[in-house]
Amino acid sequence: MNWQGCFTLFFKEIRRFYSVILQTVGAPVVTALLYMVVFGQVLQGQTIQGVPSSAFLVPGLMMMSIIQNSFANTSSSLTQSKINGNLVFLLMTPLSAFEIYLAYIGASLVRATLVAVVLYLVTQLFVTVPITHPLLVLTMLVFGGGTLAVMGLIAGILANKFDHLAAFQNFFIMPLSFLSGVFYSIHSLPEFWQHASRFNPVFYMIDGFRQGFFGVGDSDPLRSVVVAGVFFVLVSSICITMLSRGYKIRG
Amino acid sequence: MRALLIIERGFMSEPAIAIRNVEKRYASTHALKGVSFDIRRGEYFGLLGPNGAGKSTLISIIAGLTHASAGNVVVLGHDVRRDFRQARRALGVVPQELVYDPFFPVREMLRIQAGYYGCGRDHWPWIDELLERLDLTDKAEVSMRALSGGMKRRVLIAQALVHKPDVVILDEPTAGVDVELRRTLWHFTRDLNDAGHTIVLTTHYLEEAEELCDRIAILDHGELSVLEDKRALLNRHPYRFLSLELSGNGGQLPESVERLIEDRHEDTLELKLEQGRDFIADVMEAIRGAGYRIQDVRTREPSLENIFVELTTDHDKDAA
Repeated sequence: MNWQGCFTLFFKEIRRFYSVILQTVGAPVVTALLYMVVFGQVLQGQTIQGVPSSAFLVPGLMMMSIIQNSFANTSSSLTQSKINGNLVFLLMTPLSAFEIYLAYIGASLVRATLVAVVLYLVTQLFVTVPITHPLLVLTMLVFGGGTLAVMGLIAGILANKFDHLAAFQNFFIMPLSFLSGVFYSIHSLPEFWQHASRFNPVFYMIDGFRQGFFGVGDSDPLRSVVVAGVFFVLVSSICITMLSRGYKIRG
Repeated sequence: MRALLIIERGFMSEPAIAIRNVEKRYASTHALKGVSFDIRRGEYFGLLGPNGAGKSTLISIIAGLTHASAGNVVVLGHDVRRDFRQARRALGVVPQELVYDPFFPVREMLRIQAGYYGCGRDHWPWIDELLERLDLTDKAEVSMRALSGGMKRRVLIAQALVHKPDVVILDEPTAGVDVELRRTLWHFTRDLNDAGHTIVLTTHYLEEAEELCDRIAILDHGELSVLEDKRALLNRHPYRFLSLELSGNGGQLPESVERLIEDRHEDTLELKLEQGRDFIADVMEAIRGAGYRIQDVRTREPSLENIFVELTTDHDKDAA
C-alpha cells in the first residue's frame, strides 16, 4: 500500500475544494438555509413524527447536502482533470485503483461533513436538534456520503463532457435526493408511493440519519444501516473494478 | 563470487525498456502492429516517425496510460501491468501536450507529484534543485495558468523528474519551443544522460535526433521500420549531395547527369551521387561538355532528415 501517495492525493483533493470554499461549502449551506426558511414557513406549527417541522427539516437538509456535495466533489474533480488532460499525471504514478478510490472518497467525505457540520451549527441558532445516537449519525454520513461520492467517481469516469455530469446531477441525483423524505415523512404519502420509497436507497440514508438525531423514523434504523452499507459496498466494488481495468481512462 | 558476477552482469545487460510484440487496436485503426525492440540502459534513444506512426501510442503503453491489445512492455525488469508500481517508479514521462492542473502553483504541484510516488519532505531539496536547474526558481509560487508556453514545458520536465526516475521519456519536448529553450533542454537532457539516466526522445526535428541520440528507431504505420546505431544509419545510404552553380548558355545536359538531379533552382543544380558509382569529376566533365561553366561547387553528406524521408516515403509507395 502506497500510503504516502494515497494521502497526497487525499490532501490535494481537499486543497482543491478548499481553494474555492465559498463555492464548495458556503454556497450549499446558503441553499439549504433558504430551503429551511421557505419550508419552515410553509410547515410552521406542524409536527412530523412528533418533532416540530422546522427541526425535522434539519437532518434531511443536512443529508441532502451531504449527498449532493459528495457527488459533486468527486465527479467534478475527475471530469475536470480528464477534460483538462492533467489526469495523466495521476495515472502515470504508482497509485493503485484502491488508493485512488480511497483518496477521492475520503476528500469528498471531508467536504460533505464540513457542509453538514456548518449547516447544523447555523440552524442551531433557530431550532434545537438533539443528537440522540451519534454513532448512527456518523455511520449514515459515511455510508450515504460515501455511496454518492463513489457514484460521482463513476459518473466522472463515464462523462466525456461537463454536460453529461450536469445531466446526471439534475435528472438523477437531484430528484432522488428530493423525493426521499427530506421534507416529509413517507407516512404522509399515498400508499403506493410509500411502498415505492422503500425501494429507494436514498430514503434509508435520510431516514437512518434523521433517526440518529431524533431517535424516531419511518424505518428500522438497523435496516437503514444495512441497506446503505450494502449499497456502499456494491457501488464501491463497481468503481474499483472500473478504475483497475482503466475503463474509459486508460485508452 | 562468480555467481554474483553473473547476476550483476545479467542485471547490467537488462534493457531499460523491453518492448515485446506490442499491438494496439482501436475500433477503426491498427495503431501498433506487433512492435518489438529493446532500449538499452544508459543510452540516449531516438524514437522517430511521421505523424500517426504510433509513437505516442507506444509511449502511452510504456507509461501505463493505455493498455496494449497484445504483447507486453518491461521497464527495468518490471512488467508495466503486473508490477506497475516498480515500473512506474522507474519511469518519468514528459507528455507531448502542455497539460497542467490549474489549481496549484509550480512548487506545490511538484511536491504533490513527488508525493504520489511516495516521496516526502526529504525530496523537497531535490525539487528546489530541479527548479533551479530549469530556471524556474522565480516562478515557484506562480500558478501554472500564468506561465508562458516555454515555462510550462520546463515545469512538465521537472514534473517527470520529481521522483528521480532511471528512465526518462520525452515526447516531443521541443515542439513549439524557441531556439534558446531548445538549446537549454538539449543541454539538460544530455546532462541527465551523462548522469546515467536512460533517455528516450521523440521529435519531429531530425537534426535534434542526429545531434543527441546514440541509437534511432523509426516507426512507420505502426511497425518498426528501422532500428540502428545513428552512425550506421547515416552511413547506410552511401550517397552525398553535390551542389553546382552554373553559368553560360549550354545545351541539354546528358542523361548521365539528368538522372542525378534532385533539385533545380535558377542556376543551381542539386545532384545526388551514389558513392562508387557516380564520380564528381565525371559529372563536372559532362556538364562542361554540354557548354556550361561551373562557378561554384559544394558537397554535403546526407542528413538524418534525408534518410528519414527516403525510408518513410518508400514505405508509402509500397503501401500504395
